[in-house]
Amino acid sequence: MSFLVGEELTGGYGGPDILQGCAIAAERGEITVVVGPNGAGKSTAMRALFGMLNLRSGTVHLDGEDITALAPQARAHKGMGFVPQTDNVFRSMTVQENLEMGAFVRDDDISETLDEVYGLFPALKDKRRQPAGELSGGQRQQVAIGRALMNRPRALMLDEPSAGVSPIVTRELFERIVDIARSGVAVLIVEQNARQALELADKGYVLVQGRNRFTGTGETLLGNPEVRKSFLGG
Amino acid sequence: MEDVVNAVVLVTNFLVVPATAYGCQLALGALGVTLVYGVLRFSNFAHGEIMAFGAMVTILVTWLLQSWGVGFGPLPTALLALPAGMAVTAGLCLLMDRWVFRFYRRSKAPPVMLLVVSVGLMFVINGLIRFVIGPADRVFTDGTRFLLTVREFKALTGLSEGLAIKTTQTLSVVVAVVLVAALFWFLERTRTGKSMRAFSDNEDLALLSGVSPEKVVAVTWLIVGALAAVAGTLYGLDKSFKPFTFLSLLLPIFAAAIVGGLGNPLGAIVGGFVVAFSEVFLTYPYRKFLAYLGPEDWRPDGLVQFLSTDYKFAVSFVILVVVLLVKPTGVFSGKSS
Amino acid sequence: MSDFPATLSARAGGMLRAPRKSALFAAMAALICLVGVAQSWSLALAILNLCLISAIMTLGVNIQWGYAGLFNAGVMGFAALGGLAGVLVSMPPVRPAWQAGGAGVVLALAAALVTIVAAVLVHRRIRQRGYRKLAVALVVVAGCFAARALFDPAVRAIEAVDPSVTGYLGGFGLPIVFSWFVGGALAAGAAWGAGKISLGLRADYLAIATLGISEIIVAFLKYEEWLSRGVKNVFGLPRPVPYEVDLQNAVWFQEWAATLGVSQVDLSSIVVKLCYAALFALVLVVLMWLSEAALRAPWGRMMRAIRDNETAAEAMGKDVTARHLQVFVLGSAVIGIAGAMLATLDGQFTPTTYHPLRFTFLIWVMVIVGGSGNNWGAVLGGFVVWYFWVEAEPMGLWLMDFITSPLAPDNPVRSHLMESAAHMRLVVMGLVLLLVLRFAPRGLIPEERR
Ligand SMILES: Nc1ncnc2c1ncn2[C@@H]1O[C@H](COP(=O)(O)OP(=O)(O)OP(=O)(O)O)[C@@H](O)[C@H]1O
Ligand SMILES: [Mg+2]
Repeated sequence: MSFLVGEELTGGYGGPDILQGCAIAAERGEITVVVGPNGAGKSTAMRALFGMLNLRSGTVHLDGEDITALAPQARAHKGMGFVPQTDNVFRSMTVQENLEMGAFVRDDDISETLDEVYGLFPALKDKRRQPAGELSGGQRQQVAIGRALMNRPRALMLDEPSAGVSPIVTRELFERIVDIARSGVAVLIVEQNARQALELADKGYVLVQGRNRFTGTGETLLGNPEVRKSFLGG
Repeated sequence: MEDVVNAVVLVTNFLVVPATAYGCQLALGALGVTLVYGVLRFSNFAHGEIMAFGAMVTILVTWLLQSWGVGFGPLPTALLALPAGMAVTAGLCLLMDRWVFRFYRRSKAPPVMLLVVSVGLMFVINGLIRFVIGPADRVFTDGTRFLLTVREFKALTGLSEGLAIKTTQTLSVVVAVVLVAALFWFLERTRTGKSMRAFSDNEDLALLSGVSPEKVVAVTWLIVGALAAVAGTLYGLDKSFKPFTFLSLLLPIFAAAIVGGLGNPLGAIVGGFVVAFSEVFLTYPYRKFLAYLGPEDWRPDGLVQFLSTDYKFAVSFVILVVVLLVKPTGVFSGKSS
Repeated sequence: MSDFPATLSARAGGMLRAPRKSALFAAMAALICLVGVAQSWSLALAILNLCLISAIMTLGVNIQWGYAGLFNAGVMGFAALGGLAGVLVSMPPVRPAWQAGGAGVVLALAAALVTIVAAVLVHRRIRQRGYRKLAVALVVVAGCFAARALFDPAVRAIEAVDPSVTGYLGGFGLPIVFSWFVGGALAAGAAWGAGKISLGLRADYLAIATLGISEIIVAFLKYEEWLSRGVKNVFGLPRPVPYEVDLQNAVWFQEWAATLGVSQVDLSSIVVKLCYAALFALVLVVLMWLSEAALRAPWGRMMRAIRDNETAAEAMGKDVTARHLQVFVLGSAVIGIAGAMLATLDGQFTPTTYHPLRFTFLIWVMVIVGGSGNNWGAVLGGFVVWYFWVEAEPMGLWLMDFITSPLAPDNPVRSHLMESAAHMRLVVMGLVLLLVLRFAPRGLIPEERR
């Protein structure tokens, strides 16, 4: 069994089911990418994996343990990190405080991790005392990812980390994400830039209307003519 | 020249000193409202009554202490009783949350439902207060009444205008400064305080960072209860304790919180002073003041009062309306879009 | 905001069976008759009349809360405006007061109006920011001083005219029934102002704004003696129904009392109250019919759609703020009508009686208990809650007496409890509100699914 697994995920926001039995799995040290059209339920699936959605059925396992019934903060304790698509920083708090909040569940010394994160995103170090709400889109995204890393997650979920970020910064961001994955974290990314993301991916999912449509390695999906036609613009 | 000094002393005595004390009391009240709004996301209409409840407990304990012959020298005995009032009121807030608010929070009811519920609580608490202590006016200050009397001031300076500073006014300022400093230290420097700010800023993100909502909410209520008890007691010491007045205090308190931006603690403090100073300055008759400044032997005809004191609540309302029209998120941009 | 609680549960509940409604109203009628038998018929009718007025007020709040989910914390103020209308419409004008200061007051009002117009014009004309605000502020301050200069002497003159009896401008000397319309209009105007400022912002702002407006209205009525004598009160508002004395002096009435074998005093009081009851019932029926028609019309369906999902309604192109303003003004007008009717029934206008506990809060308990969103529920809630509010006093005293009976009559605990029993009413009503909201949010007669 993979490290982080969601199976038969079914549920929504009180109305019709947005997720209709989709399954997603991520392996440690690998990058798993979820792509799909707008409104497919990608973000909803992420929320479901983190326990922020009332699932009607389906299970979530982490490292073989059933965590379906756990509240989000308990999942944070278990070593999961999540960067939501929107509102992913504490705007009124400084960059440093955002990072500290990321380490909220840790009781040990966090200065080392803090240095690591600043090493990963050097731009943030100069802006330590600035409220995160005043940063540019790209820097804010870095704060959001940094916040999630502060917990030293074993599984990291990123919902459209490249949204609102320039192409150059995106490329840099993806490089960092590869580094993170190579350090042994299970990375799960939802991406709008499907082609670029699938190039990095060890495994990819194409989600359509809350269901898995295609699954495979990044390469096979990129090579699949149907996927190319419908989701990668030819 | 002496006339000008007299005029300044007059304004200080009748306007600046009382408005500062009142501003401190309002600021403490508005802080409670704004904290509840920031963390629990509803306007707590029961806040005035929570303040009254805190004052009542303090009064009861004060009476008990007095009956034992315990005093606090020149300071009011109520100051000794205050910690008990804060503790009991914090307890009341926790109970309210446990028995009433938690249900709606968990069922994700819209904020206006919580508001209606808080109105229900407001009347329960109001009834309880009147049941326990009665609707009458209570004066419970003791100790030295004045830090500086008019006579002392005149003897000291030789001016014809006097300046008096009541012990309770000084106390309002000192206690408020100490509490606010402690609160900000807590919010800015401690882990729990930061998690409270984080929760208020972005609830979802705080949850997935591992913040426990129940703990944040409980800590918030503890602080709100303690602050409310202090605010109510200081107001009661400075004026007098009458259960009804706290209902009417609700308007200036909300005005203060909204001026500063609901959910923003610093804004609440500034808002408290804005409301207090406007209220006092706009309802003061400036006749004597102008007489000092004008030519010899001249006095204005009327009282030169912008608004009769009967309308002091109208001042908070007008401030509220102006803020809502010009900048609905408050001067310090709260979270109220 | 898709989870307005009453609707959720109404959806689960489905159609309400009509028999329950009838049974509840029949039980209510029986309760009132019980008072008639056990205490007195005159008292029963007095309760009935206030029940009718409460029901109308509740209908108004239900229009705001039940149809649209708007929280009005200022019922008191709108009801007080209705009472003011009673004075302004029905009392005879005080000519000496008009001569002394009428012109001044009118001029002052005109000056205030000119100021507002000027401020608006200046605001439109001047384009530079900052400069513009300064200019508007200057115009407003200057206008205030001008208006005050005209107003103050006029007011002093008016209030000096025979202050123990009049000292105010008086009214228009028209039949008091007109005041019901005027009261509605006054309340609607105030509601328009409050709504214009606070609707479209967060839901809480409306509550705070209405709280403020109602406090200010009541303060205004207490202190502006030139208008309605303030705390000196206005007594002897003309009645729309005969006076007891006139009845007792009429020969046909004396004969009627004799044939019935009851005392003339009792019969006259009952007849007068019945007349009031008939008038009030007529108003209630008309308003009820209008409300039900509105709720069934496409307008009602749209209001509910907005209430249940504001975002979706907005996405479908509905102007939510404008609809909210509309429904808020309508509801407040109904409250104003009820306020005017109350002053009519009391025959006097006493600003100090407008207390938020009695008006704002009690009306809310009525709506919630009755069943928000359902007009029949609101009316029933008005009846039930008013009935128990009135009857709670003797019941509470009796209960306290019973509980403390083991204690000696002069025991301090006992006397404190007996004295404070009246305050328990508040606690009980607050608890009723909380318990109903929590355990039976649909109320006695739940909203129907249409
Ligand atoms: N909080 C919510 N409440 C109700 N419905 C929601 C909510 N969030 C999303 N939805 C609905 O769920 C569906 C899936 O949304 P989701 O955000 O999961 O899509 P997505 O695949 O992430 O799209 P995108 O590429 O735009 O981010 C959409 O139809 C959306 O309208
Ligand atoms: Mg998404």
